[in-house]
Amino acid sequence: MIEDTGIVIAFWILAIMTVANALMVVAARTLLHAVLFLVLSFIGMAGLFITLSADFVAAVQILVYVGAVAVLMVFAIMLTRENWNNEYALPALALAVLLGTALTFAALDTGWPTPPGALPAVPATAAAIGDALLDPFVLPFEIASVVLVVAMVGAIALVREED
Amino acid sequence: MSILGQWYDVRDLSELIAGLSGWLRDTFDAGDGVIYAVSGLLGAAGILAFVGVTAIINIWVERRVIGRMQNRLGPNRVGPFGLLQPVADAIKLIQKEALQPMVADPLVFTLAPIAVFVPAILAWSILPWGENMTLANLNAGILFFSAMGSVAVLAVFMAGWSSNNKFALIGAMRVVAMLLSYEIPMVLAFLGPVMFAGTMSFAGIAHWQAEYHVWLLFLQPLPLLIYFISASAELNRTPADIAEAESEILAGYHTEYSGMKFGLFYAVELVNALLVGAVIASIWAGGWYMFEIDRVVPGWMIFIGKTYAFYFVLMWTRGTLPRLRIDQLMALSWKLMMPLGLFNVVLVAAEVVVWAETDVSAGMLLPIAGLLNAALAAILWIGWMQFLTGKMQRLPVRPALRSDIGVPEIAAPDHVSAVARPV
Repeated sequence: MIEDTGIVIAFWILAIMTVANALMVVAARTLLHAVLFLVLSFIGMAGLFITLSADFVAAVQILVYVGAVAVLMVFAIMLTRENWNNEYALPALALAVLLGTALTFAALDTGWPTPPGALPAVPATAAAIGDALLDPFVLPFEIASVVLVVAMVGAIALVREED
Repeated sequence: MSILGQWYDVRDLSELIAGLSGWLRDTFDAGDGVIYAVSGLLGAAGILAFVGVTAIINIWVERRVIGRMQNRLGPNRVGPFGLLQPVADAIKLIQKEALQPMVADPLVFTLAPIAVFVPAILAWSILPWGENMTLANLNAGILFFSAMGSVAVLAVFMAGWSSNNKFALIGAMRVVAMLLSYEIPMVLAFLGPVMFAGTMSFAGIAHWQAEYHVWLLFLQPLPLLIYFISASAELNRTPADIAEAESEILAGYHTEYSGMKFGLFYAVELVNALLVGAVIASIWAGGWYMFEIDRVVPGWMIFIGKTYAFYFVLMWTRGTLPRLRIDQLMALSWKLMMPLGLFNVVLVAAEVVVWAETDVSAGMLLPIAGLLNAALAAILWIGWMQFLTGKMQRLPVRPALRSDIGVPEIAAPDHVSAVARPV
């Protein structure tokens, strides 16, 4: 599947879009521009998921990251004063280099074994993910929902006015 | 009946595409990629043409219908019955100067109308226009539709922020807050039909209804009501148009836009309104399926007819209801529709389990489930409203956060002299 010419071209376009926009997030001078570049990067990621036939994950990527995370960031920017300081630039750079090196080594060190013969046809991912979430991975799924409930109760407790 | 299955069979336009693909394959020995690209481009062009033309026609339809409802005439001067009014409007918008505030962020200001328009068009691609007429039959169709709605939120915010105008920013913040609140009951409303049909694709849900000879409208009225209210809130149309309430914040997020950039915002509003009609038609009213009538009438005509029928209901609410206040809208979403949506999910899940685990036939279970759901929907909606209206504040109260953190009184700036202040 990945050998298809169209898929390869799409992969490179989307990969360049994702990485270039991620770089622009760091380079942008305005905080809100950085968020908009981040959104473009997220959309590129969603496109990469589509080239892997993961349509469910692609839709969730846009719904959660563009629709919820980016909008939350916009809210956070609107509620804070605009003081654009770079006093943590050096530690951030060091951390980024460290993380990037670690990930690169991990990626190069992995064997990436390919199964012999043609890849199996991809089933409908939404149904497969649903089965997986409710059968073998039901415990992590439930724990995640408990975390969400705790966060919601905490948020309500924070803003609640005493009677 | 010799035209059945031929390429010129207008009942199913996919025969045209199939004929064309066969011709390409036979004559030019074209590969699958070429055929795929050609049929995709043709379908996209058809949808774009439909959306563009209906957006122009709907300007006239909407103004005339609402004028009729409000005892006015509506546009009736340009052309017969005022039919050429949209053309006159478009010419006026095109020749207007494209104003842009000096303090605006130029790039984001220009990109915002485009960023609003793209998701509105993309969402049309997944609808079932006929039995075999779906451009993109996505497995995750409903998720894709919701994702496109949430991208539009960000585009609206781009418009409000880049205008650098306080009214635009307030309008954009209102839109974002409102859309985020209404996204939740909307997705909860979609869950009911998805659980019944066992698929998230629009074509799959329409096909399920054709298979069981029933519209989900009769089986699940409560999610339809919830979706309809959330959708009309998301559209920023009159019962819920606090984002562009002209008596409060001028025109909201598109205050600073003029000419064709404003025209795009206006067109997107109409396109989205029709899209809500199309979504209701395909999920709750069977899409192209119309009992036995769809054997005679082309499916795409039935689909467009249903779309316009639900669009008319949207115009009806717009023409007759007054604007809600922002806290009332929020209360409606969080206190009424979200609990009812959650209840509906549990109820439908129980019905699906009964259907799957016992050997009740569909002909037995579906009528009972429909009656039960309709009765429960009426009881719950009215009962919950009665229960809530006692507590729902008539006047807005001060937000709780202010008193907690002790916001100081706003002191007068130094350059304001004491004489100017009332004592």
